[in-house]
Amino acid sequence: MLVHIDQDKCCGAGHCVLAAPEVFDQRDEDGIVVLLDARPPAELQQAVREAADVCPAAAIRLEMV
Amino acid sequence: MATAAPTPTPRLTAPAPRGACPFAPPPAYQQAHREEPISRISLWDGSTVWLVTRHQDVRAVLGDARFSADAVNPGFPFLSAGARELASGKPTFIRMDDPEHARLRRMLTGDFMIKKVEALRPEIQRIAEELLDKMIAGGSSADLVRDFALPLPSLVICLLLGVPYEEHDFFQECSRVLLRRDADPAQVRAAQDSLVDYLAKLTESKRTAPDDGILSRLVARGELTAEEIGSMGRLLLVAGHETTANMTALSVLALLRNPEQLERLREHPELIGGAVEELLRYLTIVHSGLARVATEDVTLGGVELRAGDGVILMLNTANRDEQEFPGGDDLDVSRDARRHLAFGFGVHQCLGQPLARLELQIALSTILRRLPGLRLAASFEELRFRNEMLIYGVHELPVAW
Repeated sequence: MLVHIDQDKCCGAGHCVLAAPEVFDQRDEDGIVVLLDARPPAELQQAVREAADVCPAAAIRLEMV
Repeated sequence: MATAAPTPTPRLTAPAPRGACPFAPPPAYQQAHREEPISRISLWDGSTVWLVTRHQDVRAVLGDARFSADAVNPGFPFLSAGARELASGKPTFIRMDDPEHARLRRMLTGDFMIKKVEALRPEIQRIAEELLDKMIAGGSSADLVRDFALPLPSLVICLLLGVPYEEHDFFQECSRVLLRRDADPAQVRAAQDSLVDYLAKLTESKRTAPDDGILSRLVARGELTAEEIGSMGRLLLVAGHETTANMTALSVLALLRNPEQLERLREHPELIGGAVEELLRYLTIVHSGLARVATEDVTLGGVELRAGDGVILMLNTANRDEQEFPGGDDLDVSRDARRHLAFGFGVHQCLGQPLARLELQIALSTILRRLPGLRLAASFEELRFRNEMLIYGVHELPVAW
């Protein structure tokens, strides 16, 4: 799994950080999404899928590689 | 394959009355959801708009940039005369589309990010304990709205903004007027103006005496006028007052009416995070629907909508949608309710939701821990539900312990 984020779309709701804190963080100055791990290990992939699903701004795109 | 739009004869009106269960959406909307999930409805001003009731359709519209939140677009539906009056003034970012919406919202997203909000936990816990100390010292019964549910989020939002809490009678009265569905437009305008004027003056005073609140930080950015900051502050102050307050009180009531769920939560306090999501879903206090207008022709759930068509999105029926939440009419604190739409969806989704979640988790778990004998001190039938307000809840919640 390859994770892509779009910081221009992000509205800072923070669902991704709640779902998968090992993979997503928020930028200190404005709360915009930061990607910590673009290739999350298998055990985190379900949480990453949930993060992408509940992201209100559709700022997370998953590529199956 | 899209089918033709149904006959444009309005069958329903908004707002629709509640049925026997005051926690459930109005029966007329539930019936629409079952029989014609995207249907026509007439509003107070005689206009006819689309009522959207399914989870998948509500989510689709809120995530689709072809639907605008900007009230200057022709056909934008207003839920009340007061809402139309407010839209004729200077809009805040909730009534703007991107990129202007994103520019203004991003001035605040840092203040509501997960780790900033989490850092407030000890302070919010302290406030919750103090309010309960005072309430318990006052006897063995109280109005939970007045003594706990309202002051908790009010104190927190005042702290965050840098607004003196001593003025709370004034803000709370202004909030009540702004959130009445049936308020006179002139009263709405007056409440709006006096709140913005007050906050703009307070903002001016921060130029010479800054603190670490949001108003001071917006001053320091140097991008907005005092009036623009006042207007943004008004949005945060009103949203911070009434939403969490009503969710707290209504959640306590819903748990008292579902004693097996209340017991479950007392026995398993670690369920609180999921229980708050379930209560948000089950109660959906933004009960009047969200307004959008199509800016292009769009096919939604097999129905053709035209550019200029107004759309009312019912979060409450979407959050009871059996396709998404089987058995959704039941409160189940161990359900996975994370896909609920109580905070909306799309780029306008509630900015303050991390704060709301934390406040609700602290408020409910502290009440359960400190008041083991909590019970309703009035008959359920006597309670006054907030049908006439844009944010649902109870006006008072008499409890004893």
